[in-house]
Amino acid sequence: MDEARISRRGLSPRLWLAGGWLLIALLAAIFAPLIAPQDPLAQDLMLERLPPFWLDGAEPGYWLGTDSLGRDLLSRLIFGGRIAFIVAFAAATSACLIGSALGLIAGYFGGWADRIISRIVDVWMAFPPVLFAILLVAVLGTGLSSVIIAIAVIDWTRFCRVIRAEAMSQARMDYVESARIAGYGRIGIMLREVLPNVLPSVVALLSLEMGIAVIVEAILSFVNLSISTDDPTWGGIIAEGRLSIHQAWWVLVFPLITLILTVLSFSQFGEGLKARFDPVLR
Amino acid sequence: MTEPLFSVRGLNVALPDMTRKPLIGRAPPAEILKGLDFDLPKGSVTGIVGESGSGKSTLGRALVRLIEPSAGSIRFDGRDISHLSEADLRPLRRDLQMIFQDPMSSLNPRHTIFTIIAAPLRQNGLGDRLKERVAEALQRVGLPQNFAGRYRHELSGGQRQRVGIARALALSPKFVLADEIVSGLDVSTQAQILTLLEKLAAEMGLTIAFISHDLSVIRRLCQQVIVMREGRIVELSATDALFDNPKEAYTRDLLAAIPLPEIDADWLRPPAKAPA
Amino acid sequence: MSPCLEIRRLSAVLPDGQRVLRSISLNVQPGEVRALVGESGAGKTMIGKAVLGVLPKSVRIVEGEMLIEGEDLGRLDAKARRALIGARTALIPQDPLTALNPSRRIGPQTTDRLVRILGWSGERADKRIRQLLDEVHIRDPERVLRSYPHELSGGMRQRVLIAAAFAAEPRLIVADEPTTALDVTVQKQILRLIAELQRDHGTAILFVTHDLGVVAKISQKVSVLYAGKVVEEAETADLFAAPQHPYTRALIAATPRYTDPYASLKPVDETVLAGLTAEIAAADKAWRPSHD
Repeated sequence: MDEARISRRGLSPRLWLAGGWLLIALLAAIFAPLIAPQDPLAQDLMLERLPPFWLDGAEPGYWLGTDSLGRDLLSRLIFGGRIAFIVAFAAATSACLIGSALGLIAGYFGGWADRIISRIVDVWMAFPPVLFAILLVAVLGTGLSSVIIAIAVIDWTRFCRVIRAEAMSQARMDYVESARIAGYGRIGIMLREVLPNVLPSVVALLSLEMGIAVIVEAILSFVNLSISTDDPTWGGIIAEGRLSIHQAWWVLVFPLITLILTVLSFSQFGEGLKARFDPVLR
Repeated sequence: MTEPLFSVRGLNVALPDMTRKPLIGRAPPAEILKGLDFDLPKGSVTGIVGESGSGKSTLGRALVRLIEPSAGSIRFDGRDISHLSEADLRPLRRDLQMIFQDPMSSLNPRHTIFTIIAAPLRQNGLGDRLKERVAEALQRVGLPQNFAGRYRHELSGGQRQRVGIARALALSPKFVLADEIVSGLDVSTQAQILTLLEKLAAEMGLTIAFISHDLSVIRRLCQQVIVMREGRIVELSATDALFDNPKEAYTRDLLAAIPLPEIDADWLRPPAKAPA
Repeated sequence: MSPCLEIRRLSAVLPDGQRVLRSISLNVQPGEVRALVGESGAGKTMIGKAVLGVLPKSVRIVEGEMLIEGEDLGRLDAKARRALIGARTALIPQDPLTALNPSRRIGPQTTDRLVRILGWSGERADKRIRQLLDEVHIRDPERVLRSYPHELSGGMRQRVLIAAAFAAEPRLIVADEPTTALDVTVQKQILRLIAELQRDHGTAILFVTHDLGVVAKISQKVSVLYAGKVVEEAETADLFAAPQHPYTRALIAATPRYTDPYASLKPVDETVLAGLTAEIAAADKAWRPSHD
């Protein structure tokens, strides 16, 4: 056999880059109180709108400058990452569990289960997602848990649709029939034969969804519907930065870059994982 | 005369016809098998031959009860299994095994060969001494023991089909359905797999239904042959009788259409116009 | 007269340097059918693709020449090569369903090539296709030309493709396993048809197949391939009367023959394959692409 081709492929550059950024951002968020150079909430009007370190007028210790209230931007980004990651993990995992389970059932069992679940998905997807989220948070009240629930409630359909399609194509494979011949029941076959084959897609989607959750949280913060306004969030910082774009562009640009890098890394990391853990098919 | 292992009477199978499914509502049923009667004697190999659309694969799937007949009866080992529920069938699965056409698609890409061969054993109360039993199954089909840890993409087509045979025979079943098991293989591998099955059938006293679109591969393996066309049995004969002295015109046409590996200048000549 | 197709010492490699064609030499004389027979991985389809200039991007030709009616394809620029191949060759594909565009009617699909590549008028192309449909014994050309591919049976689709292949009067047709997807009774009709048109039009055919039975019936010459190498080449009658290479003998013995069940279906002896593999490995080691 061709041993070289089936040996484990090394980590691809995109897994390295995306995973590296996520790891750094995650560690920074976890150890925020230890590494943030300043108190993210401390206002000092003497230090307002300090530019980042390489420009004239920068102060040591304020690497990325300060906002219009004199708060340190880097520290605020690091603390904002905490909320971003909490929302990303909690919301995406909940959406994933609900959506994948329903998708697996609909795709593998077909028939009535499929018809009911698919109709619900269709109706669900007719709502514009961002409006839906704003509406939900308005009803549930602002706060971390409301944001998480809103994202999970809206985005489970993404998992459901993809996993349903994959489970349907798996259900037609001969090895599913072969498991019946071996004496397995329907649930056993679903978990034993179908689930392992849809898992790479679940993982890829989960990672992608974490990125989406970060964006949605930022959007909700941006419209001031997320967490209490005291805690820094990326969306909140962007919203504030927008107001002083002409005096202090960095307050808008750095959180945007952080957000984009994180979201991109999540999606690339997921795709990379999927490619890596797919066995050589055919 | 002992009782046959399978006794099929008036078998009809209708499946939903998706090409005629209305936008809303159920697809109308299409008759795939129309009133089949035949027996499969214990310990015999029966060839089921036909062209595409003859219903041979549907017949096979009805025998191992992957699909339910719409009329008629299938008696297996003295018991009517035509309408048993999935749960009632489970204890019988041990004796109703199947080898699939596409050895690729019939092996789960995420399971090792060990897991694949062990699956029917685990599920049928033979989960003890698994290692030993899987080793025995591998050895039976002539695969080296270290294959147990491999995945399907690490095997050649012939090796995959050996795994399929090992899985089907791991339970020492009474009946094995072999559905076009050599049609996807190269000639040299095809001969190996057929020889292996021939040997195992004799050793284990298996009753086999060997489905094939190709009459030429079954002569040595089978004791009787069922020729099917459009859901009906055209001819059922002992193998030698069928090949040497086919009763039906359709069987003769099928035989005449097989290109034998020997020079025959007349073979491609258009048939002489028969007087009307 | 120069041969219709001549291939000299053709070698091709994959990106990792592995050889997939190993110094292939063969020719097809005008009006003759040459079979290329071998098991999967033998490179038979690859040779057909090389002739038609449709090799996958990953396969690179590293040495050798291909001549169509004496014109060296390697000496032509890409455009001239495509024009030459388009005008003098045609393909009968393996799978008549995927070879046809499912969303276009048969009529325009089959005349397209004549109009685009040969520059015929639509009227002339249409007339020609009708003539060919008649030659492949399609009784109702009107209906067939208006049909979509899925509305025809497999045998009917293959007839259409045969008609289309012969319509442009190519000098050479590459038939790539044209009957593998068909039932035996239909296969016989299609083989008969190909033989009939081949004879009437005097077309040369490179007939790719895995089935020695088909080889025996359709071809006058045959090249037996293994792992991208011509193992034996002979007149078809001679090959079956007295196969020279042990691999050829093994292949013939493995091919089923219902008339003689105990002398056929013999598993190929492992030592034959091992010998061949060793021979090829040794040749590969010594091989350096000869650039001229």
